[in-house]
Amino acid sequence: MEKFSTLKSSAIPLNVENIDTDQIIPARFLKATDKKGFGDNVFRDWRFKEDGSANPNFILNNPSFSGEILVAGDNFGCGSSREHAAWALVGYGFKVIISSFFADIFKGNALNNGLLPIQVSKNVLSELFDAIESNPETILEIDLEKQQLTVLNTKLKTHFEIDPYKKTCLINGYDDIDYLISKTTQIEAFELQKTN
Amino acid sequence: MKKTLFDKVWDAHVVETITNGPQILYIDKHLIHEVTSPQAFNELKQRQIPIFRPQQIVATADHNTPTVNQHLPIKDELSRNQLEQLSKNCAENNITLYQLGHQYNGIVHVMAPELGITQPGMTMVCGDSHTSTHGAFGAIAFGIGTSQVAQVFASQCLLLKKPKSLRVTVDGQLKKGVLPKDVILYIISKLGTNSGTGYFCEYAGEVFETMSMEGRMTVCNMSIEMGARGGMIAPDQTTFDYLQGREFAPKGKAFENKVSYWKTLPTDSGATFDKEYRFDAEDIEPMVTYGTNPGMGIKISETIPIETTSSDKKSLDYMNFEAGESLIGKPINYVFIGSCTNSRIEDFRVAAEFIKGKQKAQNVTAWLVPGSRQVEAQIQDEGLQQIFEDAGFELRQPGCSACLAMNEDKIPNGEYCVSTSNRNFEGRQGPGSRTILASPLVAAATAIEGKIIDIRKQLN
Ligand code: SF4
Repeated sequence: MEKFSTLKSSAIPLNVENIDTDQIIPARFLKATDKKGFGDNVFRDWRFKEDGSANPNFILNNPSFSGEILVAGDNFGCGSSREHAAWALVGYGFKVIISSFFADIFKGNALNNGLLPIQVSKNVLSELFDAIESNPETILEIDLEKQQLTVLNTKLKTHFEIDPYKKTCLINGYDDIDYLISKTTQIEAFELQKTN
Repeated sequence: MKKTLFDKVWDAHVVETITNGPQILYIDKHLIHEVTSPQAFNELKQRQIPIFRPQQIVATADHNTPTVNQHLPIKDELSRNQLEQLSKNCAENNITLYQLGHQYNGIVHVMAPELGITQPGMTMVCGDSHTSTHGAFGAIAFGIGTSQVAQVFASQCLLLKKPKSLRVTVDGQLKKGVLPKDVILYIISKLGTNSGTGYFCEYAGEVFETMSMEGRMTVCNMSIEMGARGGMIAPDQTTFDYLQGREFAPKGKAFENKVSYWKTLPTDSGATFDKEYRFDAEDIEPMVTYGTNPGMGIKISETIPIETTSSDKKSLDYMNFEAGESLIGKPINYVFIGSCTNSRIEDFRVAAEFIKGKQKAQNVTAWLVPGSRQVEAQIQDEGLQQIFEDAGFELRQPGCSACLAMNEDKIPNGEYCVSTSNRNFEGRQGPGSRTILASPLVAAATAIEGKIIDIRKQLN
C-alpha cells in the first residue's frame, strides 16, 4: 500500500447523494481477476453515453475540473461491498474522497487501498461545493498527521476524524495482513481454548 | 452484566483487543465466490503467505454464471476465466468448491444455510454485502472487501471495531398478503438507507418469532440496505428444527450439545441497545419501491411522496415517475423472482400458489431463478415447475442472475422490472433498467396482470 501524509490538489465536485458502488463501478466490469484497469470504467454509466461517447454533462468530463480529490454528496459508497469501487477510484487517480457520510464497507475498503475518506459536516460539505463550483482552481490541502483539511483560497480549515490505528497504517503504508500474521501464536492459542 | 445476542457472539470471538485500537475477531466460516476472491488469492501468492485455515472456507460460483445451458462451456471469455481462476485457486489451496453444475452449487447466501454450514453463534464473513443473510440463525455474519478476504485467508481473523447495537422490534401479526420482504422494505422505508451505519441490528418481536427461517433470511438479507453491517434474529426451536439433519449440521449427541449452547444465546432480558425502534405489524402493507435506493418504498395504497432533495428528484426522473402518483396500474414488462433475498423454496411456493391455473400477461417476460441447485430440485419435486411452465413463466438455472446483471440476464434500457431482489440502484439490473422492489407475491401478481395491482384485493 502507498504511504499517505499530505496532499495539495484541486478537487472535482460530484454533488450527488447516495452514490452507490454500482454507480462507481457497474457489475458488468467486475470480471477481471486483478486490480488493474478499473479506473477506465469508474462511473461508467454517468461518464459515457450508450453509444460509448463521453457524456459532456458529467463532471468528470468537464475540462474545468481536475484533481486528486473527489468531493461527493452524503452517504457515499453505499450498496455492494465490491472493493473494485475503491480500485476504480484509485485507478482513476483519486487519493482523497470527501463527503458528509460514508458507508461502512466502502470506508474500510478505501482505507485498505490508501484512499483517504474524509468525513466533514454537512455545512462544511456545502461550503466546499460552493467554493469549488464557483472557482474550479480552488486548492485543498490535506494534512493527515494533523487531521486537518484546509481550503487555501477561502481559508476554511476543518479537523477530521480517523481511527488512530488506520492513521498509522496509512502514514506508514502498512496493511492489516502484516499485523495479523504477527499474531499467529495468539490466534492458535485462541483456537485451542475455543469451545464452541 | 446483561448481554445482547450480538454481544455474546462477538465477545466469544475476540482474540485480543489492541489498546486504543480495533479488536482481533476470529472468524469461524469464510464463504467465497468468483468475483471478490481472485485478487485476494493473488495477494497471498505474491507475498508467499499460505492460506491459514482452508478447511474453514467454502466456495461457490454464483455471481457471474449463466442461468441457461450450464452444462455447456461458458461463452463469455472473461466470465469463463473468472470461474476457472476460482477452480484453480480452490484446488491449489484445498478449499471445498461447489462449482457450476455441482449438486450443492448456488448463491452463496442460499447454499450455505440450506447445507447447514450456517449455524447459531458463529462468526461468518464473505466478500459480499448480503452476508447479513446468515444472521437469521443468530450468527454474526457480515460482508467484507477483498483486502479483508485476504486477511481472513492469512489469519482467519479480522481487525475490527465492535459495532454499536440496534434493535428493531415488530409486534403483532402480519396481515394477509404481507410477506417478510414487505416487513423489511417497510422498516427501511421508515428508517432510511443509512440509519444503521455503524450498527449491528437485532430483529425482535412476535413477527420474527413466528416467521419461518426462509422469511428470517429475507429480512436479515436486507439489513445492509439500511446501512447496518448485519442483522440477527435469536435462535429458537424454528432454527433448531431447520438445522436438524442438514448435511453439515452436527448430528446426534453433538447436535444436542450445540442446541443447549445455542439456547443460551438470546439477548438477556434487561440488556440495553444503543438505539431502538418499534413498529406495529398492523401498519405494514405489501410494499413497492418507486426510487433508486431501497429506502424509497411505499405501501401499495400510498402515493409517491413529494420530493424534497435534488437527489430525490434525480431518482424520480430516472424512474420516470412523478411525486403524488400511485404505482397501482403501472404497466410492467419484466418480472424477476430470484436473488439471495427471495429465491428459496418458500418464495417459489408463494408464487406458484398465486399463479396456479392463471396465465402471465402477454407483454411480460417473467424470469424465475432459483437460489441453488437444491431449490431447483425442490421446485421439480413439488410439481411447481409445471405450474410455472403452464403459466408461461421461464424457469432458469440457479445463480445471481438479473439481481446484478453481471451475466446475460439484463433488463433492457428504460424498462421497468418488478423484482424480488434487494437493490433498485440506477442500472443495477442492466444499463438504464428501472427496478421496483417487491415481494414474490407482488411480483407473481404483476406478471399475471401485466401491471402493478393491489394484491390484497385479490386475496380477499
Ligand atoms: S443474489 Fe444479488 S445480492 Fe445476492 S449475492 Fe447475488 S448479486 Fe449479491
